Amino acid sequence: MATAALDFLPAPLRSLRLKTKQQELLLRVSALALIYVLAFAVRLFSVLRYESMIHEFDPYFNYRTTLFLSEHGFSEFWNWFDSESWYPLGRVVGGTLFPGLMVTAALLHRLLRALSLAVHIREVCVLTAPFFAANTTLVAYAFGREIWDSGAGLVAAALIAICPGYISRSVAGSYDNEGVAIFALLLTFYFFVRAVNTGSLAWALASAFGYFYMVSAWGGYVFIINLLPLYVLVLLVTGRYSQRLYVAYNCMYVLGMLLAMQIRFVGFQHVQSGEHMAAMGVFFLLQVFFFLDWVKYLLNDARLFKSFLRITLTCVITVGALALGIGTASGYISPWTGRFYSLLDPTYAKDHIPIIASVSEHQPTAWSSFMFDFHILLFLFPAGLYFCFKRLSDATIFIVMYGLTSMYFAGVMVRLILVAAPAVCLISAIAASATIKNLTTLVRTKSKSPQTASGKATGSKAAAKGAVDQSLPFQHNAAIALLLGAFYLLSRYAVHCTWVTSEAYSSPSIVLAARGHNGGRVIFDDYREAYYWLRQNTPPDAKIMSWWDYGYQITAMGNRTVIVDNNTWNNTHIATVGRAMSSYEDEAYEIMQSLDVNYVLVVFGGVTGYSSDDINKFLWMVRIGGGVFPVIKEPDYLVNGEYRIDKGAAPKMLNCLMYKLCYYRFGELTTEYGKPPGYDRVRGVEIGNKDIKLEYLEEAFTTSNWIVRIYKVKPPKNRS
Amino acid sequence: MAPSPSSLPTAISSLLLLLLLAAAVSVYSSSPVLEGGIRVVSAEKRIDLTGSIVKVFLTLKVENAAAAPEASQVLLAFTPTEFERLAIVKAARAEGRRKKKMYIPHAVKASDLAAAPNGHRLYSVLLSSALKSAEVTTLEVFYVLTHSLEPFPAEITQSDPQLVYYRDSAVLLSPYHVLEQTTYLKMPSNRVESFTRVDPTSRTGTEVKYGTYYDQLPNSYVPILVHYENNYPFAVVEELVRKVEISHWGNVQITEQYKLRHGGARHKGVFSRLEYQSRPSISGLSSFKNLLARLPPRVHSVYYRDEIGNISSSHLRSDSHKSELEIEPRYPLFGGWHCTFTIGYGLPLQDFVLESDDGRRYTNLTFGCPLLDTVVDDLTIKVVLPEGSKNPQAVVPFVVEQHVETSYSYLDVVGRTTVVLKKKNVVGEHNVPFQVYYEFKPIFMLAEPLMLISAVFLFFVACIAYLHMDLSIRKS
Repeated sequence: MATAALDFLPAPLRSLRLKTKQQELLLRVSALALIYVLAFAVRLFSVLRYESMIHEFDPYFNYRTTLFLSEHGFSEFWNWFDSESWYPLGRVVGGTLFPGLMVTAALLHRLLRALSLAVHIREVCVLTAPFFAANTTLVAYAFGREIWDSGAGLVAAALIAICPGYISRSVAGSYDNEGVAIFALLLTFYFFVRAVNTGSLAWALASAFGYFYMVSAWGGYVFIINLLPLYVLVLLVTGRYSQRLYVAYNCMYVLGMLLAMQIRFVGFQHVQSGEHMAAMGVFFLLQVFFFLDWVKYLLNDARLFKSFLRITLTCVITVGALALGIGTASGYISPWTGRFYSLLDPTYAKDHIPIIASVSEHQPTAWSSFMFDFHILLFLFPAGLYFCFKRLSDATIFIVMYGLTSMYFAGVMVRLILVAAPAVCLISAIAASATIKNLTTLVRTKSKSPQTASGKATGSKAAAKGAVDQSLPFQHNAAIALLLGAFYLLSRYAVHCTWVTSEAYSSPSIVLAARGHNGGRVIFDDYREAYYWLRQNTPPDAKIMSWWDYGYQITAMGNRTVIVDNNTWNNTHIATVGRAMSSYEDEAYEIMQSLDVNYVLVVFGGVTGYSSDDINKFLWMVRIGGGVFPVIKEPDYLVNGEYRIDKGAAPKMLNCLMYKLCYYRFGELTTEYGKPPGYDRVRGVEIGNKDIKLEYLEEAFTTSNWIVRIYKVKPPKNRS
Repeated sequence: MAPSPSSLPTAISSLLLLLLLAAAVSVYSSSPVLEGGIRVVSAEKRIDLTGSIVKVFLTLKVENAAAAPEASQVLLAFTPTEFERLAIVKAARAEGRRKKKMYIPHAVKASDLAAAPNGHRLYSVLLSSALKSAEVTTLEVFYVLTHSLEPFPAEITQSDPQLVYYRDSAVLLSPYHVLEQTTYLKMPSNRVESFTRVDPTSRTGTEVKYGTYYDQLPNSYVPILVHYENNYPFAVVEELVRKVEISHWGNVQITEQYKLRHGGARHKGVFSRLEYQSRPSISGLSSFKNLLARLPPRVHSVYYRDEIGNISSSHLRSDSHKSELEIEPRYPLFGGWHCTFTIGYGLPLQDFVLESDDGRRYTNLTFGCPLLDTVVDDLTIKVVLPEGSKNPQAVVPFVVEQHVETSYSYLDVVGRTTVVLKKKNVVGEHNVPFQVYYEFKPIFMLAEPLMLISAVFLFFVACIAYLHMDLSIRKS
């Protein structure tokens, strides 16, 4: 078409005419560039609607450490002992975090500074996740091209650019490990598949480095180190063993393992932890396989080889089992962790680890959230699997395995939808691309056939088939209709994704917005009000006790020491805080004295109707506290198994510290017109204890909408 | 070591000489104090104690003695404490009567004479026309004292009103003989706990009158103490850094970093939001929750934030004469509470950067702090001139500490010349225009766009080169 349009141009300009291949390249590059920009831009809703700020909870820790890193340098960061959290224990930050994200952001910041762009580190942190999401689209394109064709690659890039499952963790401001980890994950997989396809050592090396980056960025690397051996095993079983696979896996495993050991938080887990043993087992298995192959080639005798095989296999299995048994028994190989168990058995956490079960993002996924996060991909996914099975190759086997396993994990835990998102996008892209390609071929051949009905021999195989297959009368129309349907679905997907991004995933959760009476937007900025008050008006060495959810935010924004925070590494310490919150004031006072607590911070939504407050989280405090200290018993806080806060509530409930701190003087406040004073707007009831006296604490600060309340712990009375 | 007997007379004579010299020096140095025969015929001192800063209006009727030579200056005396807290002293001569009254300003400078007794410090008002013998003139002196109201009790609870002490002298402290003098103290309300009586003393409503006193000797000082209720917000900016960045592309960007403190009686005990919300008339009387900043007209892109992000509670009202920015800190400020924040805004270039006759350019900005009724303890103004500016020269109507440094911002290569002005103890009266002159060639404006263009150009050249080169080792 373009060539025809250019025909009327004068001769010199006609030389600018592009060849078909160049046209295709230009189209592809511009489409990719657009997708790149789109992936970045769609994640900026929160910046435009609120401001350039860090979201949620964990990102505040990452931000704080990045700040530390950029101010003090890497060596100090690596050896940082943070005494501001987990008082009085402290935390060895350098040894208990994945530094990939912080190092990435600090390097980006330094690069921009070197280009004399005077940006603040906060802006870099806010935009790191969208930047890496945009990069992921490029990897998705390359990956799609590797496993199918460049069309599928483009579709995959477009799908993943706006996939809500991925956007949920990579909007601007959500400065979390997952932001860069998904990029690293997909990059590792892409390099590995490429290495398997080519047998090139260079790609395997690239894959090892991708793996290193992934290990440095996120604990989810365990997925890679288990999926790859599984994949190799499947290839072995299906008789697809090749030299290429041998080169790819060995290089990737050995180098990747050595590199990963450089990360302090991971250390020697690759050789010591049960979760990493599968990879090692497959590594040895590959060596045995290779050895047997070689022996088979040397012996050149089926019978001899069979007996040799039997002997070798028994030996290997015995040695392997023995090593594993001794390792486990001697404690050299650590058993699987609770988190790993809870992935394999979704009910495990609920029964054994309340601290994992209490986090909403660790809950099993509901169907609605699958639909919400994947939309049409959920239907395209099985279709894509069908296409993959139809054209089975090493690469498609990989993507099928990646898709199926990650889908399973996505079903176990809400947050793991994120890991499944790239696979789902890739497989769906195969389905979409293949379907549309087939349909367009049908449409094209049909439209050409009347003109050149006889000269159809030049057409492709499929086209020839279509030309021959005249028995379907409405084939052309049906193809057009189906094509339109496909485009309709895809456009619905785009609309859905934009809507989800703007409505659900772009709220910073630090600032709450609500609609006022007159339709205007009301902003509740109470969290920052309280944190800033702490930062400015409390002694610099004050210790703040709060539930662990707010720990990171208090240290990052309030710049004060906390007892527990979101790094839930010490269950006993958290249980102590839970126990203090659920005890009577005098008992709690003793616990607080023993922890040197100066201020207690509680989050209370009864005035505004903000439902994720401490009263609603309180039962988890009781459970976690009771898990370590049996004096705290959950039934004491319930009435006939019912959680109540009104007059019919359990007496222990009405007099525990958390209740008192949340509802102190709340009984005098009228929250809603026509309701009695002390009406809790979240629970929708009048509170049961309006006459709350505090003996050991005093109100120090309450934010303007009462969402955060801070109490000062009085010093002990003089002995008289 | 005792001097030997032979050298004793010489020692005594040298000592005498020294004494004589000292006397001569002292006579010489104290002579300007007693210059001519100036005496104060009548003085009226009005002290405004309604706000957080103390404003003193002094009307002096000065007479030169008949036989004295011409007097070119009149001296004002302050106690050392006053001198430290003195933010500004202005003097003017009143001319004409009633409605035709005009004020002609006199220059005022700190006098370096250290001869005043009791360590008193002197300011001299340089008269625009010398005072001839037996001539009388009327001086209007205005000065501002900061941090002069001492809260007592020093710590109050949320429901207490704020009481403060003010210390001064009933009679006018002056190096001259004062014939007749009165002092008035104006309080914000008639809730006055106590005041020192120096008869004749009377109190009517919100005003306490000391005097009239007659025939006071030079340097007489009669201390008085007033204890009264003052719930005015004691907003103190401990540190303010104003950065003015000039871009010849059409924008003047101002960034102001504030470190604010409530300088009144310290808050103690409970802060109850319930009390604060439901009984505003008796709860937290001395606290404040908003501040008003007066910004220039046509201000744009205003922001208000702090270290942890945007603060959503601010309102901007602007008309053609001025813009008013009402800001609310994140929390109400009680005594002793701190808060820090940053205000930033842009201004159109043509309003504030002008070209002088000699071809140099100059900025014409307002000194001081845009927040109304606040004291700035430590003010730093940084005028960041565009890259390539030369020979900066600041013209400020009062004494400031200044130096030049280099700062770097977006796409800078050689850095921007920055003029830094520093002043302590700044009040609203310092909000007067000041100028920074500099030389700038417009060609420098193109440096950064050209840099960007060449970078993009090089990128494309690199792409083209890459596409046209075959880098593989094998021949395909």
